[in-house]
Amino acid sequence: MTTRRLNSGGLIDRSKPISFWFDGKTYEGFEGDTLASALLANGVSIVGRSFKYHRPRGVWSAWVDEPNAIMNIRLNGKEQPNCLATTTYIEEGMAARSVNAFPTAKYDIKGGLDLFHRFLGAGFYYKTFIWPDWHLFEPAIRKMAGLGAVDREVLEDFQSAQNHAKCDVLVVGGGAAGLTAARAAAEAGKDVVLVDDQRVLGGSLYRCGATADIDPDEWVAAQKTAIENAGGRILTHTTAYGVYDHGLVALVQSQGFGRAPALWRMRAGQVIMATGALDRPITFAKNDLPGTMSLNAAGEYLARYGVMAANKPLVMRNNSHASATIENLRAAGSKVEEIDHVDGITNQGRKHTTGLRIGKDQIDADGVLVSGGLTPLVHLWRHAGGKLDWCETRQAFVPKPATDAMIAIGAANGTYDLAQAIEEAEAAGKGTPIDRPSTTYTTTLIDTKPHSKGRQWIDFQHDVTLKDIEVAARENYVSVEHLKRYTTLGMAFDQGKTSNMAGLTAMAALRGKPIPQVGTTTFRPPFVPVPLEIYHGAKTKQLWSPVKRLPLEDKHRDLDAAFCEYGGWLRPGWYGSGDRDATIQKEAKAARDTAGIFDGSTLGKIEVMGPDAEAFLNFVYYNTIKSLKPGGIRYGFMLTEGGIVYDDGVVTRVDQNRFIVSCSSSHVDGVRTHLEAWRQDGNDPDRIFVHDQTTAWATVTVTGPKARDVLSSLDTTIDLAPDAFPHMTFREGTMGAIPLRIARVSFSGDLSYEVSVPTGHAETLWNAITAAGKEQGVSPIGLEAMSILRAEKGFIIIGKDTDGETMPHDLGFTIPRAKKKAAFIGDRSLHTEKANADDRKVLVGLSVPDGEPPLATGAHAFTETPTRRSLGYVTSSYQSPNVGPIALAIIEAPHAKVGDTIKIWHKEEVREVTICDPCRFDSEGGRLHA
Amino acid sequence: MQIFTCPFCGPRDEREFHFIAEAGKTRPDTLNQISDEDWAAYLHSHRNEKGHVREIWMHTTCGELFLLERDSVTMEVLGSTALREAGQ
Repeated sequence: MTTRRLNSGGLIDRSKPISFWFDGKTYEGFEGDTLASALLANGVSIVGRSFKYHRPRGVWSAWVDEPNAIMNIRLNGKEQPNCLATTTYIEEGMAARSVNAFPTAKYDIKGGLDLFHRFLGAGFYYKTFIWPDWHLFEPAIRKMAGLGAVDREVLEDFQSAQNHAKCDVLVVGGGAAGLTAARAAAEAGKDVVLVDDQRVLGGSLYRCGATADIDPDEWVAAQKTAIENAGGRILTHTTAYGVYDHGLVALVQSQGFGRAPALWRMRAGQVIMATGALDRPITFAKNDLPGTMSLNAAGEYLARYGVMAANKPLVMRNNSHASATIENLRAAGSKVEEIDHVDGITNQGRKHTTGLRIGKDQIDADGVLVSGGLTPLVHLWRHAGGKLDWCETRQAFVPKPATDAMIAIGAANGTYDLAQAIEEAEAAGKGTPIDRPSTTYTTTLIDTKPHSKGRQWIDFQHDVTLKDIEVAARENYVSVEHLKRYTTLGMAFDQGKTSNMAGLTAMAALRGKPIPQVGTTTFRPPFVPVPLEIYHGAKTKQLWSPVKRLPLEDKHRDLDAAFCEYGGWLRPGWYGSGDRDATIQKEAKAARDTAGIFDGSTLGKIEVMGPDAEAFLNFVYYNTIKSLKPGGIRYGFMLTEGGIVYDDGVVTRVDQNRFIVSCSSSHVDGVRTHLEAWRQDGNDPDRIFVHDQTTAWATVTVTGPKARDVLSSLDTTIDLAPDAFPHMTFREGTMGAIPLRIARVSFSGDLSYEVSVPTGHAETLWNAITAAGKEQGVSPIGLEAMSILRAEKGFIIIGKDTDGETMPHDLGFTIPRAKKKAAFIGDRSLHTEKANADDRKVLVGLSVPDGEPPLATGAHAFTETPTRRSLGYVTSSYQSPNVGPIALAIIEAPHAKVGDTIKIWHKEEVREVTICDPCRFDSEGGRLHA
Repeated sequence: MQIFTCPFCGPRDEREFHFIAEAGKTRPDTLNQISDEDWAAYLHSHRNEKGHVREIWMHTTCGELFLLERDSVTMEVLGSTALREAGQ
């Protein structure tokens, strides 16, 4: 039953019917129809319910400014909320459901809420639910609120393409002005991109063009061909929704319903804004009744979709622009009657307008079409920082003169006259912009009469009426930003595209001030709602934060390693599929009893070279590096200028002018940046060179009493004898033909060698060491076992056993602070009042009574005197197979004397433990020097 | 998203850059006596000027530090100079 569809006209294809559903009933439209045009064609007038009062709502506009026709839509098992019926093109089998309405928009069981409107005015929630506690009411209110529901099904393959592009000139809007400007710019040799958000280019030309002796179809086709022949690109279905710094414009390109839209990050040398203008509503009593529609929208439905919005409508307008549309409607057979807006005019009807009443006179009609004047669409202009002027003639905010980076043309610039807009666009496209032409457009401001009878809607979707604006003004929420938040005016789905000017006009009238003095709210991106997915794209999981992979990963997998992420690296936590904890205990014990083989490839290997390398590292490190001999290794800290421990690790002096900085695995990038910054800013960069070799060398560590026995069977040129190769020294040699580096350093407290080869030879090294290990009964151990071994020795991990206040003397490293002669990063900060305080948190060990389990990591030490407060916390805690439960903690010094007891609180449980030395294993270091 | 120009690599997206410091700040010679106030000013006080600013940035992909001049109000980039040429 197609009652309002005309037999000809429009941009739809009548040979391609499409069936769709709305609120459980099936309807038919044509290819090219939006849901809204197809529903109007079928005579469906109620498409939703309002947010607060559940009032029936009809279609108001024909495009993005629609406040009412929001739907949940399902197609092919995919459901999406927040779809505008006016911008969603119908597809076969599409099922739309009105929102905020049950069971249907036409028969909504909550429609009765409207009877209570007297009590639900502006600030109702703030005032009513403040006592006793908003949170008591919130769940119920939240359940009632909202428009539509999110489907819980995950949309598979809903992934946005991310396009990065650039152009000389981006033209936003494919109407007469935009097409003209794009053609002129392209023909002038510019790289031009034109974007338009509709399916068919032409903007308002189909509605307005006929009167200017232009055949819209032919004219648009000619411009399109000319643009493309000149090398311009055209993107339809594409909305420019935000303008950012340095000519970055965000574009969202629809891919059809249920498919993720594509994002374009378009970098434009110049943005030409040809975004057009919107028609304003007129504020009068019951102006929210379905059947009351923007006059321009009615013109669009006729011109683009061949749909007659009303056969016998009343028209109220205050501007000259409306004439062409009225003419078009009449020419198509609509019996339009014009009515002047007068005080007390009231819409008639319950679910659809039946006409207007003026005093006692009733004028019957099947629709009311209103045109309250044009509002240039200046959103993008404001995003880009463009300023606005108030134009008295146009009764609108219009863009101030252009800059090099952006220019507004056509209706967006207040140039509503078609011939003038084309002239202005031509000039802008050629790069010789002209001043805004004087206009033939006339309009009269319709005074908003406060305190008048009847409910007059300002924001259709959020049910903000003129009375609410009056309440806000009375309660001194007179700033537009306050008005917006107090009444929720302009906070609906359309973000004030229909309601803001009406609200401003009302507030101006109430305060007796001109509109420009009332001002506008801030325009922020996005211009239309966009799914968050568009920022996400393929950047998920591994692609969002790629994990670093070991060169020996396959070898570890052969051994059934359990891989975990440690500081950005995927590393073996333990080996084998047995019980996690038992396996870790076994590995930690074996490493002490015989030895363990450990993949240490992730350790930083930043080479620092050059004649000033020694002085540079002496400055970068807390510890003295100057006295380190070639072949020697020293443990040390890097501090921030604030004196806080930033990283720890060993420095190897390979030769006089060459060092290897072995920083923490997870800190390599940070340390490299730190070194580069100080190298280039404050030093002579020609005399120091910093080269990160971390991934160029693979490292296998062998630790434990049998470490030397394991390595002895390798075919190397390096003498491992204790006297020839003592603890904290470094040797270079070869293994067969492979270059080899061995550092005798230890993170476990046992005899330990870090053996490195160029990464390409990693497997050869691993195979040789594991084969040699097998003969000695020595197996690989994972990072978890290594963590236990280092904690037994009281060896710290920066960022785990230290925090953002830890200084080196808190960790027991006091000598450089007291004695180092040279300047170093952070030096002065170690002598402030704060650094000298008695109650600094210091590193200690904690010992639990026999038979008790380990403490919880993160548990706080506390005191009750004078009041309960934290004294510090447990930073590391393990069950050790070698020494029992162990823990490291940082505790305020006065409470951290060895032998003292201290209380530890965790989840309501209090335990008493004893402060001990952080080192719990081989405190004389005999094993280290074996 | 802004575009900065690395003196060595050319114009790039701001995500490739890392702010290091305001230009012109010299580290006090810590071998001399420095008052708490002077040290605190070095550590924590920034001019944070409105308008024309001179800053040291690192182009993280090539590792070079350079002097970036820009307008902190309009976000206009006024120029990039290699540190050696800037005589910093």
